[in-house]
Amino acid sequence: MRRSMLFLPGNAPKMIINGNFLGSDAVIFDLEDAVAPAEKDAARILVRNVMRDLEFDRCEIIVRINSTDTPFWQLDLNEILPQKPDIIMLPKTGCAHDVEVVDDYITAMEEKLGFAHNTVRLMPLIETALGVENAYSIASARPRVTALFLGAEDLTADLRCKRTKEGREIEYARHRMVMAARAAGVDVYDTPFTDVNDDEGILTDAALAKSFGFTGKASISPRHINAINQVFSPTKEEINYAYEVMDAIALAKEQGKGAIALHGKMIDAPIVARAQQTIAAAEALGIHKEDLV
Amino acid sequence: MADIIKAASAGTAEKSDLIVEVEPCEQGVEIELESVVKNQFGAAIEASVRDVLEQCGVKNARVKIADRGALDCVVRARVETAILRGKE
Amino acid sequence: MRDTKLVASIREAIVQSGLKDGMTISFHHHLRNGDYVLNMVMEEIAALGIKDITINATAIFDVHAPLIDHIKNHVVTKLQTDYMAASVGGVISKGIMDTPVEFRTHGGRPNDIAEGRTPIDVAFIAAPISDPMGNCSGKYGKSACGSFGYPLLDAMYAKKVVVITDELVPYPLVDWSVSEVYVDYVVCVDAIGDPNGIVSGTTRITRDPVGLVMAAQAVKVVEYSGLFKDGFSFQTGAGGATLAGAKFLKDLMLEKGVQGSFVMGGITSYLVDMLQSGCFRTLLDGQCFDLKAIESIRTDPRHQEVSIYQYAAPDACSSIVDSLDVVFAGATEIDTDFNVNVHTDSNGSIMGGSGGHSDICAGAKMSVIITPMFRNRLPMIRDHVTCVSTPGKDIDVVVTQGGIAVNPKNVELKERLMAAGLPIVDIFELKEKAERMTGKPQPVPHGDRIVAEVISRNGGIQDHIYNVL
Repeated sequence: MRRSMLFLPGNAPKMIINGNFLGSDAVIFDLEDAVAPAEKDAARILVRNVMRDLEFDRCEIIVRINSTDTPFWQLDLNEILPQKPDIIMLPKTGCAHDVEVVDDYITAMEEKLGFAHNTVRLMPLIETALGVENAYSIASARPRVTALFLGAEDLTADLRCKRTKEGREIEYARHRMVMAARAAGVDVYDTPFTDVNDDEGILTDAALAKSFGFTGKASISPRHINAINQVFSPTKEEINYAYEVMDAIALAKEQGKGAIALHGKMIDAPIVARAQQTIAAAEALGIHKEDLV
Repeated sequence: MADIIKAASAGTAEKSDLIVEVEPCEQGVEIELESVVKNQFGAAIEASVRDVLEQCGVKNARVKIADRGALDCVVRARVETAILRGKE
Repeated sequence: MRDTKLVASIREAIVQSGLKDGMTISFHHHLRNGDYVLNMVMEEIAALGIKDITINATAIFDVHAPLIDHIKNHVVTKLQTDYMAASVGGVISKGIMDTPVEFRTHGGRPNDIAEGRTPIDVAFIAAPISDPMGNCSGKYGKSACGSFGYPLLDAMYAKKVVVITDELVPYPLVDWSVSEVYVDYVVCVDAIGDPNGIVSGTTRITRDPVGLVMAAQAVKVVEYSGLFKDGFSFQTGAGGATLAGAKFLKDLMLEKGVQGSFVMGGITSYLVDMLQSGCFRTLLDGQCFDLKAIESIRTDPRHQEVSIYQYAAPDACSSIVDSLDVVFAGATEIDTDFNVNVHTDSNGSIMGGSGGHSDICAGAKMSVIITPMFRNRLPMIRDHVTCVSTPGKDIDVVVTQGGIAVNPKNVELKERLMAAGLPIVDIFELKEKAERMTGKPQPVPHGDRIVAEVISRNGGIQDHIYNVL
């Protein structure tokens, strides 16, 4: 289960060597914005070595490579792909063609490396107005795409509006992103909350994203990981209710009833589907029915 | 698989990192090591430096290391980066 | 009626006290790294040509580096202390003294003084405020340090007591901590210390992500330990991760509505916040670390000053550490037998000391050591620690970023924590995990000369520290 993704600067050994321990479901080794142009070579080699030599058994590894309009992205993939990252994050994805170019390159490398096709997944980062407009075609461009990720900092610059803590300016993009990703059948991740010292704000912002339908949220600060994990985990009440729903359904079946009510509310297919999702999420987090009170 | 042709460096002075400086050398490999963990890992660091030099096909080089407690994978990354930069 | 005890200078006080070659003098460390008094006194003693002095100090800080010259000149020939910072410890570790340093714990030191095992001839008390008869306190004055828990025992048992202050007020100072009945001389000087080194303006929790992760895990250990309930008592250090632990514990206590009985410290603003928000009924304070703590001890009757003897002395009828439920403490190394080193670095050079570490770990129902798996490539979990500061039998849990190890003697605790889903690992596994990241360090040979003896809180010699090469 991937609720939180933590950005770690790709050329900062102190941060990335501890990536496995910071509590996030995934770490993002960043070769793009966190690395100065003159240090791209160093970061690429450092991240490759860290992936090769250290254990990452508590989190997935995502590597944000440089965008396709730079001379770096193939060099990045050449170093990183042999280490079998879980996901490559492609910044500034503007259209399906960007995905296709990178997908073709990865496919060729996977063949050379003897990896099964689509071993390494792709997460387009949508951070331009064009990208938002093309979100659905990006999400459905290739089966390698596993999730969309909204980047609000670059997007608001592109929109020429101010990025605020409340985020009214990105509300449309958030809705659009969720809609496109869900329509394409992939996950969708929310932009980081950038005030690292605001412990209340992150809870509010994550809860808002969850209410919109996001799968999870990225963070630029380890301090926010707990809050994100907490918000995007099903609550005890939600899990209990999900089991009640499933029990009621089972009972209805036994009694040969077509429709059934729980707490005075009709249980229909969407409610069952949601209950199944909640139970799956709880199981993925190691919360089992017998643990609940 | 050329030798170092110019002085180059890699890494930072941050904790858990190191600065590697390489420069051309007429004969063989000379390593100058300064490390906060020299007592415990001096020999290991030197062995890694030699290993990376060999992998990069460098037979002659002067290497200066200022280490602030970097893990081996970091040491190797910085040495490799410095070598690549010194070959350009 | 008696004349005032005021004397004109530190030198005058030393002369009148009758200090001679071979005697023992004592200092306390409430002024921490801002202290001027130890250096001022030693300078006068050296100038008077007195030699062969034993210093018994609660702690020696970096600011006390001039001691090294007094040692080289044989003004000082023996040190007894609970803590020694690296600037002095590093030089001592080279073997410059003929007599080994005696390290005690914060509880063991006053215990030995009270039992007459380490008699003090003259105690020098750095007092932020005093009246001419020597009623003095740490709560007020320009060099205020808050709690005045350390010097009380020295004042009671030393043959002569000299109070050195930079804020002399008319008799009587009310709300004194050390009473005039013990004080022989009072000296007023321009400054007893540098306020910036005495306390911090504010104490901040660590920004180090690994420290925060460990602190959060340590609080989970508390939550599921079986000890977390109304009446719960707690102590934490002021170091990075342990302080963050206090912050997370506050959040948990408020969330769960648990009210504790007391926090012992080392008091920082975070612990004051816990008192003020109702997490605990009482603060017991042996030492203030920041301005907010000082303000609180002055004004809040729930914030109680305590003497170091009551804090931790093993031969007292009871001491505060005996009533502690949970303590968070640090380590510079820990071994697979759970022994903890806080005296030396991994090269074997002195850079600390037990302070209250051994006392609180022995007293508390559960002691939690918070340490990263490695610092600067040095693995913190070893086969054998360089120096046993606190024996493994007194350590219950070790929290690292890579997992939590429970001392095998705590069968039930281990089961509880595992049932709660915490990442419990064997300490040997933790050691190997760290070494897979760092590589195996080469052993650092030491010399054959003993530079310090570590005396356990109950009096026996627990370990020796050897000279570095």
